[in-house]
Amino acid sequence: MLKALLGAWALAACSAEETAAVEDHLGDCGACADEARRLREAVGLLQRPDSLDLDPALRTRVLESCLDRRPPRIPVPGWAMSYDAETARLDALLQDFGDAEWHAPVQLRWFRGADATSRRTTVAGVIAHLLAVDGLVAVALGLDDPLGPVTGGTAGKPVGSPAERTEAFWDASRFPPTRSVRGPWRDQTHALVRTASFTGGGTSLASEAERGGGPGTMPVSYGDFELPLRDALVDRAFECWVHAVDIAEAVDYPYEPPAPRHLHAMVDLAARMLPGALAERRRAGLTSPGEPRHLVTAGRPGRSLRLEIEGLGGGEWLIPLDSPAAVGSADHEVAHVALDDVEFCRLAAGHVSPEEAAAGQVGDSTAISDVLSAAAALSRM
Amino acid sequence: MAKKDAPPRWDRRMQQRLARGEAAALGELYDRFASLVHGLAHRVLGDERAADGVTREVFAHVWEHPDSYDPRQGPLRSWVAALTHRLAVQRLRATESAALALGGSGSTEELEDKVRHASVAARADYIVQSMPTPLRAALELAYFQRRDYRQTAADLGVTEDEARRRLRLGLQLLSTAHDAVAPGAPPGRYGGAA
Repeated sequence: MLKALLGAWALAACSAEETAAVEDHLGDCGACADEARRLREAVGLLQRPDSLDLDPALRTRVLESCLDRRPPRIPVPGWAMSYDAETARLDALLQDFGDAEWHAPVQLRWFRGADATSRRTTVAGVIAHLLAVDGLVAVALGLDDPLGPVTGGTAGKPVGSPAERTEAFWDASRFPPTRSVRGPWRDQTHALVRTASFTGGGTSLASEAERGGGPGTMPVSYGDFELPLRDALVDRAFECWVHAVDIAEAVDYPYEPPAPRHLHAMVDLAARMLPGALAERRRAGLTSPGEPRHLVTAGRPGRSLRLEIEGLGGGEWLIPLDSPAAVGSADHEVAHVALDDVEFCRLAAGHVSPEEAAAGQVGDSTAISDVLSAAAALSRM
Repeated sequence: MAKKDAPPRWDRRMQQRLARGEAAALGELYDRFASLVHGLAHRVLGDERAADGVTREVFAHVWEHPDSYDPRQGPLRSWVAALTHRLAVQRLRATESAALALGGSGSTEELEDKVRHASVAARADYIVQSMPTPLRAALELAYFQRRDYRQTAADLGVTEDEARRRLRLGLQLLSTAHDAVAPGAPPGRYGGAA
């Protein structure tokens, strides 16, 4: 049947004999000649896709211009926006990945106590990690736990810490994660933003109303500590960016820092967590020896370190040094540290050691060293 | 994400959420269709900033008028593609006419020719993206990788008969890009190929 060969002929994908036979036939058969012309023209329409990477900033611009024209009745809360933006940026990075990229090795790095730690996985393994840990927020919001099918689904009782959840998720499959993890990860990120929107406006979740908290105050358990929902989503946005950079480095792609206001939210969260991290280090006996301990009454000003973060995402924070319950105070400032916003985030992500972090320092060097170490201790798998 | 065959339920639900004024739904809509919209607009206009502008217009239109999409008329994806096509062609015609009015070179016929050409190219892109994966994979091998149909069959693990069938069917679908693009005509069917 020469007719069946017309497609291959039009694409010049037949043997010389077949081509000759088809062309011979076209002289005699009007129907085939018509189709042949049509298919040849169609070949001319085949074009390589422009495969332009969409500018991630376009998303924000387009959405903002839409929302200006018609204000939303159910907005995405401000505290969920960095998560919305960062997950969209990472998803865009994954867009054109082939199998080689999905299986590229990635080294996860963080600090455990005072020690740099790392764990080897792949790009797909990193997305599985994000899926598993974002699941803590999902569970808090009453959504399905992505670990449910893995752990036999103990409803309402999520498996422990981020690291435990990740290992459980990785272990549950006999095979390493593949690109198929992208869909569930992305669906969950969308579900989190959607559900957070319904808690963020005037409509609080019943459980929040019960606790008497405002929107976004519902606690999210990380196993050994809790964050209010509004901070948990900023934390997850931060992790998403940090791991997007890990992935981008693994496949040799460029990756920009978050938009300034999102970066600022991340820096602010880390700065607010520093007093707790300092207390944790004290309990673990990791603080510098011989440090004078000043007892401070809760709610009173205490010895403080001025943390100056430079860059568009920056600002200034007074970190109380002796107790998380104390209030940072300029009058009791004993040291001043200045870091670039992205550098501070790399420190808090455990990607640069406290000794190596490029920080300008003035004042009590013990306090400075403790605060930088506490920042590194904020990092986790 | 391979979600081209998402059930119409997703489309209906998306429309309801947009109508309800849920900003998160707008974000999801963007995430699903932005590369389609931007790609088609870029194919018509050949310009990054103009494509950005059309992308903004398309999403603004859907957000402001979610009820103008009728799920019974077909998938949201096709509707968004047709809307993009219409707005991109409109913009191309407007810019080209303005250039002409300012004493630029060329004639009205050349303008219409350019519009028609861009229109067909954009529709062809959409057809290729929306055709069943086996057909697209066969065309990809035979055209871009310059494999003959026997090699294509071997690469795809199908019979030579099947490879010939896929190449022919794929091109037949693609050839419909020429249909219904008389100047001024509505963008025509979008999604018929899927």
